[in-house]
Amino acid sequence: MTREQNLVNETLEMVGERAEAEALADVGSLSLTRFANSFIHQNVSEDVERLTLRVAIEGRIASSSTTATTPDALARFVDATIDTASSQPVDEDWGGMGGPTEVVAADNWDPDTANADPMARAEAVKAFVDAGEGLLGAGYCQTEAIHRAYGNTMGRRVHGRFTTAVVDGIHQTESSAGSGHGAGRALSHIDPGAIGALAAQRANDSVGAFDAKPGTYRVVLAPEAAATIAMFLDFYGFNGKAAEEGLSFVELGAQQFDEAFNLWDGATDPGALYVPFDVEGTPKRHVDLVKEGVTTSLVHTRRTARKAGTESTGHADPGSESFGPFAANVFVGGGDRSVDELVAGVDRGIYVSTFNYCRVLDPKSLVVTGLTRNGTFMIENGRTTDPVTNMRFTQSFVEALAPGSVEGIGDDARYADSEFGPTFVHTPSLQLARWSFTGGAEG
Amino acid sequence: MFDEAALAVQGALDAGAAYADARVVAARTETINVRNQNLDQMERTEAIGVGVRALIGSSWGFAATADLTNASIRAAGERASAIARASAIVPGPPMEFADVAVAEGFWETPHEEDPFAVSTSDKVDMLVNVTRTMQGVKGIAIAMGTLTFYDTNKWFVSSQGHRIHQHIVESGGGYDATAIGEFETHRRSYPQSFGQYESGGFETVRAWDYEANAQRIGEQAVALLTADEMEESETNLILEGSQLALQIHESVGHAIELDRILGWEAAFAGTSHLELEKLGTHRYGSDLMNITADATLVGALGTFGYDDEGTPAQPVDIVKNGTWVGVLSGRDSAATAGLPPGGMVRADGYNRLPMVRMTNVGLLPGEGTLDDIIADTDEGVYMSTNRSWSIDDKRLNFQFGTEIAWEIKSGKLSRMLKNPTYTGITPQFWGSLDRLAGASEWVHWGTPNCGKGQPMQVAHTGHSASPGRFANVRVGVKG
Repeated sequence: MTREQNLVNETLEMVGERAEAEALADVGSLSLTRFANSFIHQNVSEDVERLTLRVAIEGRIASSSTTATTPDALARFVDATIDTASSQPVDEDWGGMGGPTEVVAADNWDPDTANADPMARAEAVKAFVDAGEGLLGAGYCQTEAIHRAYGNTMGRRVHGRFTTAVVDGIHQTESSAGSGHGAGRALSHIDPGAIGALAAQRANDSVGAFDAKPGTYRVVLAPEAAATIAMFLDFYGFNGKAAEEGLSFVELGAQQFDEAFNLWDGATDPGALYVPFDVEGTPKRHVDLVKEGVTTSLVHTRRTARKAGTESTGHADPGSESFGPFAANVFVGGGDRSVDELVAGVDRGIYVSTFNYCRVLDPKSLVVTGLTRNGTFMIENGRTTDPVTNMRFTQSFVEALAPGSVEGIGDDARYADSEFGPTFVHTPSLQLARWSFTGGAEG
Repeated sequence: MFDEAALAVQGALDAGAAYADARVVAARTETINVRNQNLDQMERTEAIGVGVRALIGSSWGFAATADLTNASIRAAGERASAIARASAIVPGPPMEFADVAVAEGFWETPHEEDPFAVSTSDKVDMLVNVTRTMQGVKGIAIAMGTLTFYDTNKWFVSSQGHRIHQHIVESGGGYDATAIGEFETHRRSYPQSFGQYESGGFETVRAWDYEANAQRIGEQAVALLTADEMEESETNLILEGSQLALQIHESVGHAIELDRILGWEAAFAGTSHLELEKLGTHRYGSDLMNITADATLVGALGTFGYDDEGTPAQPVDIVKNGTWVGVLSGRDSAATAGLPPGGMVRADGYNRLPMVRMTNVGLLPGEGTLDDIIADTDEGVYMSTNRSWSIDDKRLNFQFGTEIAWEIKSGKLSRMLKNPTYTGITPQFWGSLDRLAGASEWVHWGTPNCGKGQPMQVAHTGHSASPGRFANVRVGVKG
């Protein structure tokens, strides 16, 4: 029995017959080496041990979490949680707990990443910085290793473990910046030198940028920019709570997107990250969200599923009580064109490396404003030509992918950073017919 | 807990740190969410642990653990030094570190009513009642209410001799009503979007009189569905206080963070349009623009006794009569820039590295009232309550949306307008500030969700503001 499984079992034993209860324990580490001005300046490591408990007493619910896990502290924690629940009104929407279940066998774990020490992360940083050949580098290398166990008083017990690794950074000239990014299950699968070289190339190519005229352009979006679109669709649209509240654009069964566009949650796919169950212990499975442009499914927690008259899809995450469920293993279907071929398909347009600071103006139409960053280039006659300064856009992400709008999909799918983090979306580059830029760097 | 923190510091020193400090932090939160009169969430969290940082050469090493046994604490100190030493593979200039007076003491947030001692049923009832009132307005689909309380004890020890205990109490919340049309949604919030948070006890929540405003909020949300769309134009823009507070946060607060100016945040949060050599001469805004960073304001959300490096809380001039004169700094960034440390370094819990954060970055009040400003405006728009915010990595090019706006004609509010937005460039925008309401409408607005750093940290910051007017602003931007 592992530490996290013991924590879950001890906690549930302390609850005893006093309440229905579910416990989730994480044990592991998170380490991050950060650099700026081409040297490491912040270098951190955290031992992770946290326990979350949710109890239900005839529909009266309370949730608590703690990092204090000595027997005495746990006993006080359990008593306090039960005491809190007992004085609450009944939660009419409570989704209940599930009984014994099986999860897909998945061990998304790399031992070398789990054991990566500060020297290993520093070596990755060095490779990134050296690739800049004198440019100013900034970014980070992160490794994470978590063991997770879930249990409840209905007899459900599941556990798993995962590692993640990220190398992300920019290189800067005096007037420009370019970015590079790599993420996955294993640090050894990431080539920090190649990522640094891409960042340096984008930075050097961006020197002498000019202010492009605002307007509607064709675009080629690198994976980071495409990942931001996918994550916003996921969080604001395919979210069962948002749909139930009438705040989502989703129309199940409708051809809302271009037939070339496919989007799914692939928690059990080869190469997926994290554990194959959610924080309610519900097993994850493959969930098609958009298939050949047709919106096919929402994701649910037990609470949202109950309200929708369906079953949980295993998408309860920390924070789901407030924000609703969202998919954390998002895949955008890949294409067969190289990035050069995507660019070659554009007479006049803009290539975007990354979006930045995107915010929703209206959730139902998913109109979003944000900026480009770290490498934006004009495309003329099928070639990237001059760099342009960062541009502001105001664009419906749903309309951007509407039927007839996806003109090409790249063969370069990978884990890509987004506004929500670096390990949630696996996507290729996208070529889109229309993107509305509403301002330049100077307004 | 001083002994535990001291043990972590000793572990780091014994492993070679030139300087080390440690914080034992015990933090509690309580969050209550009510949706359409149903208690959706009753959640409490507690986190206790020690975080220790060690300075060796050009880098901080930091280690954190929740295991408060002596062996684990000492090991965390040693690990912090080992991590810092590994940084030498990619070295930089030695990190400088400014001296501050060694302090010992205790500081506590002034508060009257312990928010954790107020019965949960009272707090739930309060939210159930306001959501019931909002749902009573025909057309309201979602009525939400939330309350969150924070109780944090910190024990700080440094290798220079600091021993400081602080007890910080913060309270807040709010509610919103959403009306849903065929192709659009409109939300109205009170006291501001995402709630209003302050340092203090439950008395700070009671002061906002939730129930008295719930009917109005519901009615406005429904009215927005049939309101006229804001048209694109260049006009006089009057901002309600909480929106002006967020404008300060985004286009001043982040821009004046010294770590951003020095490039330490370049890859993620970004840098700044400000250049240190122009400190004292750069024109940030009009003569009406006077910004301070004051961590001593009673009741404001960014108030404390000492920062997480042991520097006393203090007021610092940031913009004086429109000229940029100050920054937000810590002991390392200030020493690097040759400036005095401002006491603006904080961490999000025991397990995060302290970094430069806003305290209470606010705009000092002017004269008169919002009504006076509207009466003095022939033509313009009045925008209230943030709906969206976006700004570039240099804090220069921004676009904000608000929940609601009204057209101003001949000194009077006229049509309600929906989907209001405005956009601008920071120095030009602040240069157009031509009216500012007085102290009677000056509020310590709080932002409880300021994200920065890697791993991500969330800070609580304050932004005092009264309503203000800006000339010739581009509004109604559409895609």
